[in-house]
Amino acid sequence: MFLQINKLNKHFDTKKGTLVVLKDIDMAIQQGEFICAVGASGSGKSTLLRQIAGLDAPTTGEVTVDGKRITGPGPDRGMVFQHYTLFPWMNVQENTEFGLKLQGVPKTERREQASYFLDVVGLTQFAQSLPQELSGGMKQRVAIARALASEPKVLLMDEPFGALDIHTKESMHQFMIDLWQRTNITIFMITHDVEEAVFLSNRIYALGARPGTVRKEIHVNLPERSHSVKRHSTFHDYRDELMDLLRAHGQEAVAAVA
Amino acid sequence: MTQTSEPRSNPRSIQALIKPKTIRPTVFWRLAEDIPKPLYTALTVTSIGLPLLLWWAITTFGTIDPKFLPSPAKVMEAFGRLWSTRELLKDTVASLWRVGVGFLLASLCSIPVGVLMGSFPSIRALLEPLFGLMRYMPAPAFIPLLILYLGIGEEPKITLIFIGVFFFNSLMVMDTVKFVPKDLIEATYMLGGNRWEALTQVILPHVLPGIIDACRINLAAAWQLVIVSELIAANEGLGRRISVAGRFLRTDEIFVGLIVIGVIGLSFDLLFQYLLRVSCKWASQKR
Ligand SMILES: Nc1ncnc2c1ncn2[C@@H]1O[C@H](COP(=O)(O)OP(=O)(O)OP(=O)(O)O)[C@@H](O)[C@H]1O
Ligand SMILES: [Mg+2]
Repeated sequence: MFLQINKLNKHFDTKKGTLVVLKDIDMAIQQGEFICAVGASGSGKSTLLRQIAGLDAPTTGEVTVDGKRITGPGPDRGMVFQHYTLFPWMNVQENTEFGLKLQGVPKTERREQASYFLDVVGLTQFAQSLPQELSGGMKQRVAIARALASEPKVLLMDEPFGALDIHTKESMHQFMIDLWQRTNITIFMITHDVEEAVFLSNRIYALGARPGTVRKEIHVNLPERSHSVKRHSTFHDYRDELMDLLRAHGQEAVAAVA
Repeated sequence: MTQTSEPRSNPRSIQALIKPKTIRPTVFWRLAEDIPKPLYTALTVTSIGLPLLLWWAITTFGTIDPKFLPSPAKVMEAFGRLWSTRELLKDTVASLWRVGVGFLLASLCSIPVGVLMGSFPSIRALLEPLFGLMRYMPAPAFIPLLILYLGIGEEPKITLIFIGVFFFNSLMVMDTVKFVPKDLIEATYMLGGNRWEALTQVILPHVLPGIIDACRINLAAAWQLVIVSELIAANEGLGRRISVAGRFLRTDEIFVGLIVIGVIGLSFDLLFQYLLRVSCKWASQKR
């Protein structure tokens, strides 16, 4: 297995006592898969991704990538954060190059690599713009280009398209599919958008909330990967199954609060 | 998911309790919005021009003893006199030199210390209590000690400026570092950076505008302290000029000293503002 999560538990100590955010998470992801983890807000999705990124350590259990246990952050895992994290004083080109610069890649090579990925995300003509001059969707595309420029083993994405309008989102979806098919990169993406998950991934982990657990694992087999598939009945079946799963959990969570 | 509509109290009724409000268009009282350029210029000119005009009117039409309040013309005359004897230039250079050395030394020490305090909670815990305490000891209160330790030459004056700037500047720089988003530092780690690179290539550029601003504010303090130190013991300097003029009741020369001090201070301020604008375009556009 390429990316493996074994018996992962995560607790936070809060004023009200110990908060169990993730409970007994087991996941196994093969190289070249496009995985989506779907869950309601507050189900611990970001927390799970932070454990894989190595930005936070699990209370018990472990995460391994390519057989090696994760003990800290590193460029073998490209990360696209939930909130915009471009460096405001660097222009788009410099932002995209920054990871390569940190890893000691000479100037001409990193310039070329960054330009290539800026072209891939369609932002070549904004290479000299500052982040504050970009729209939300453009910022997120720069963040993707920046993560891809280091050619990571796995791309981790935390609700990257949550703030985008439906049309930008659709074009980003097509872009992700193209990228995935062309580069065969492993992608682990978090979302609360059910259609997004069904459309993009080959496998979905549906998460239950409070504490976050893997409720169900769904293999997605769509006849094709283009927007017309969304009218297909197979697509609707997957979507409805997921919706029902999440709805059940939503009610549980509400009941737990009440 | 259809809900049967329950009989509720008329939702209109709350409308009766809401006090209607309108926001009328305005030019002068705009909140956090730009005002027209001509108005801005006019107000800026008024800010300096009106007090000058008042001063001139009072001294011309009023019956105030010129020993207390000399007229603008008298002050200009005194300025010409002091300038032609090169005394004014000598005093200005002496004060500028003290501020320059003291402020530069204090900045060179306080910027790295402040960045370290802001970046590492360990260093903050080590230094913040001491610095917080020192900050509340007014620098001029150290003058007797400094004279005792260092005599009455240049050293006590420069040390005074150092004390007055170092602690404040360290703490202000520390505060700017605290506002660096954690996300940016984590993004740096994910891109392959280590702590040192996060510090030098992310935290430092992010806080540069804040540092320039802290220095701008503390330069004003340094400029005040040099005058204070010269009032007490000095052979030359703008503070010394004022205290000598006071002893001989030369009010016009006091005014010359005050105005020169003010104009130089303002120039420094504008210089720093300019520096901020050209070196940190990304930050100045936000404000
Ligand atoms: N550092 C922390 N300390 C204490 N509690 C935390 C911490 N980080 C997260 N939590 C809690 O863990 C739970 C899950 O948070 P998380 O951010 O992982 O949710 P999420 O699934 O990403 O939600 P969203 O979809 O809104 O982003 C929340 O209840 C949150 O309050
Ligand atoms: Mg989240």
